[in-house]
Amino acid sequence: MSGMILKGETCDWEIVCGLEIHCQIISQSKIFSGASTHYGSDINENVSFVDAGMPGMLPVLNEECVRQAIKTGLGLNAKINKHSVFSRKNYFYADLPQGYQITQFEYPLVGEGCVQIDLEDGSKKGIGIERIHIEQDTGKSIHDISPTKTFLDFNRAGVGLMEIVTKPDFRSPEEAGAFLRKLRTIVRYLGTCDGNMDEGSMRCDASVSIRPVGSDELRPRAEIKNVNSVKFVMQAIEFEAKRQMKIYESGGEVEQQTRLFDQLSGETRFMRSKEFAHDYRYFPEPDLLPLDLEDGFIEAIKAEMVELPDAKQERFVKDMGLTPYDASVLTEDRETAEWFEKAAKGHDAKKVANWMMGDFFAMLNEKKIALQDSPISPENLGKLVELVTSNVINGKTAKDVFAIMVETGDNPEKIVEEKGLKQVTDTGAIEKIIDDVIASNPANVEAYKAGKTALMGWFVGQVMKASQGKANPGVVNKILQQKLV
Amino acid sequence: MTDLTKLTIAQAKKGLKNKDFSAVELVDAYAAKMNEGRKYNAYVCETVEQARELAKRSQAKIDAGEGGNLEGIPLGIKDLFCTKGIATTACSEFLKGFVPPYESTVSAKLLAAGASFLGKLNLDEFAMGGSNETSAFGPVINPWSKDVPLVAGGSSGGSAAAVAAGMCAAATGTDTGGSIRQPSSYCGVTGIKPTYGRCSRYGIIAFASSLDQAGPIAKDVRDCAIMLNSMAGYDAKDSTSVKIDVPDFEKFLGEDIKGMKIGIPKEYMVDGMDSELSAYWNKAAEMLKSRGAELVEISLPHTKYALAAYYIIAPAEASANLARYDGLRYGNRVEGDTLDEMYINSRTAGFGKEVKRRIMVGTYVLSAGYYDAYYVKAQKVRRLIRNDFMNAFEKCDVILTPTAPVVAFPIGDKSMQENPITMWLNDIFTVSVSLAGLPAMSLPIGLNNGGLPLGMQIIGKAFDEASVFKTAFALEKDANFKGMR
Repeated sequence: MSGMILKGETCDWEIVCGLEIHCQIISQSKIFSGASTHYGSDINENVSFVDAGMPGMLPVLNEECVRQAIKTGLGLNAKINKHSVFSRKNYFYADLPQGYQITQFEYPLVGEGCVQIDLEDGSKKGIGIERIHIEQDTGKSIHDISPTKTFLDFNRAGVGLMEIVTKPDFRSPEEAGAFLRKLRTIVRYLGTCDGNMDEGSMRCDASVSIRPVGSDELRPRAEIKNVNSVKFVMQAIEFEAKRQMKIYESGGEVEQQTRLFDQLSGETRFMRSKEFAHDYRYFPEPDLLPLDLEDGFIEAIKAEMVELPDAKQERFVKDMGLTPYDASVLTEDRETAEWFEKAAKGHDAKKVANWMMGDFFAMLNEKKIALQDSPISPENLGKLVELVTSNVINGKTAKDVFAIMVETGDNPEKIVEEKGLKQVTDTGAIEKIIDDVIASNPANVEAYKAGKTALMGWFVGQVMKASQGKANPGVVNKILQQKLV
Repeated sequence: MTDLTKLTIAQAKKGLKNKDFSAVELVDAYAAKMNEGRKYNAYVCETVEQARELAKRSQAKIDAGEGGNLEGIPLGIKDLFCTKGIATTACSEFLKGFVPPYESTVSAKLLAAGASFLGKLNLDEFAMGGSNETSAFGPVINPWSKDVPLVAGGSSGGSAAAVAAGMCAAATGTDTGGSIRQPSSYCGVTGIKPTYGRCSRYGIIAFASSLDQAGPIAKDVRDCAIMLNSMAGYDAKDSTSVKIDVPDFEKFLGEDIKGMKIGIPKEYMVDGMDSELSAYWNKAAEMLKSRGAELVEISLPHTKYALAAYYIIAPAEASANLARYDGLRYGNRVEGDTLDEMYINSRTAGFGKEVKRRIMVGTYVLSAGYYDAYYVKAQKVRRLIRNDFMNAFEKCDVILTPTAPVVAFPIGDKSMQENPITMWLNDIFTVSVSLAGLPAMSLPIGLNNGGLPLGMQIIGKAFDEASVFKTAFALEKDANFKGMR
């Protein structure tokens, strides 16, 4: 049970929340023009005549954006609509050069779907997807250069967006947060959106209402605009639910309205009421034909779909023997999962996972470096684990070898060879060391024989020390036990 | 020496090839006519010097035995086509001073074929009007005017007048609800609106995107064919242009029309139709019949709804198409204290009365609560009208109708000014064709008692301009219309 119950004076309340997420599509050029989508260019560097809304200019649909949105739809287990239609959404604003946004309204490209979210208590929940449509982004108004003027940057104007609309399935901020993280993981896996909420390539609006627990009514909702981090979305939902509860509890009615989230206070505040909602006067975009897709086009995209985190997790558990927890950590992003699979290839996957999530992640953390900059290649980590499992070196030596690998990036086999770190499994050699240890510690031998068996560890330590760590601890144990009887 | 401006394009091409005169002499002859005809107010921008430069280059090509389909031919360009480096205004106060840094596809194709441009031609503001009286540069005066200045028709009034008065060899026009055909009829010249999708709309300032189509206005049917050969063709920059072969339209001229079925729509025989006009209509039909064509009565039952549907769809699209004229990036800006105020001031000052009326109508019919009753209904009517034509074309090959219900009327006519609907009624024979996206040509059939030209319209199946051309060519021969003086 992950729903949040708000305890009121009159009754208990539950949250009903849906999200609308705008994801910038990864593509070379904009959705209706050939201008570059590159982020971080000079102001107004990537603006074509189409993007600037010049007279007589016409939009031409970028097929890559359609492909990316379909891929995303498939990733969210959604229905791809073979027939969809572009519409104009009309409103005046300085950052909207055409005076309308080309979007999809009645007939979106992607229909209903479903996404599994993983909750902290280990349970899963399905969240319904209502639709995904594609549209163009607006430019940016810059208000902080001059106190009296607004400047406009149209680099973003016309960049492709996917608007993902969920069903009102969220019953707590936690669920919404888990969904956003899952969505981000999926679009990153697919390479359809980079999912950076702080750079604005993924932006979220939340619709929040509450109702008495047990009721299935839908009460007037507040739409909270442009909340730009997972944490803020969660905060906004919680604040808004509590605000609404206060109104109901004091006998008032919540009005449908649009609100803004204030990052500093963590509160939402009034933006406009329903009466002042825009009339966008949607109508079919006459400059573009309806989008009618052939089966082959969709099939080709299906064929190039990558394995998604849910499937990967399942495979890691089932085929590779990982725990569900390990699998979920290692599939959080595609790079990590691929790195792991490379490392585990041909080796003991569970042991590789342990190494990766233990010493390896700790090293990355400590050095503050990203996975792709790791000095250790996945193949070499796999080899290191193999050296241990095949008894060439023991666990302790492996840690030393690992440290050298971090410094040099060398192949562990080479390190072991060069430094002579190979484990001694020759029982004759080990017996000789053990005999020496026994001979020079008669008091401890007596004590052990008298029942102080805890001394076994001490003996092992002595032998290992004498062998410079190279003796196979299993063999040492076995022989010691025989000799000390 | 003969008056070079009397020559058709076909004749001028021959003369140039035979070195009877030079391309520069041809430009100079037209320039002289432009001086004489300045009273007609057909040109809003003259570029004779540039035309002369291009003519010199053309002459070199002709001398070398090279050159395109229109090498050395001086044309006039409706000021709705964006011309690179040449002011383009749509005859709106809003765009005065706007110089596009790009060339429309159609005008680029004409340049590539070797044509030169004598200047930009007057039109109703943003092509909204049927008399050229809404132009910010004042009305065009019909060269056929006697005592009272008459309108040239609209919106391509400047194009039709310039061709009639010998101020260019031919001109480009655009037709949304009759804007090529009706002024052609009023000015005694020949013009064709090709099938929607035949010519690219790229770089043509949009009025109503689903209806706008470029076409030529010329001295005769052959010249229209020569012009359209160079103007038509698929363009990747206009998603509504159609990927279909463009035949050589000239080759259909002179083909036998024996056995062709000529549809006569009974719904077009409106009550109170001018008796001279209906006599000419009969005469035209008889001319075709005497060449062995068969006359067939057809029915276009939804004709009576066409005007209403047109005056919903066209303004709806226009209201969005004109939203980009906000004073921010180009064109007229009148400052205000807020962004909204600046929009209001700029658009109030920049747009004329008829344009404002259509923006208001368009905004209204798209508004929430009215959309279904108006826009959606109008689109259904549009479909029914299209079906009417499809059914009719089961029985006939082309349809013969008058182009307009009246001849050119005096500028400032009270009944038109007081009730815009009266003006809109002039489109009654042309709008259905536009709504159905079909090709249609207007050609002069004779003069009325007052000595003013009347036009006949020949409508063809989609992309069957060929049948229109051969029928028109036959009718043109029999009508033996002499043109001015």
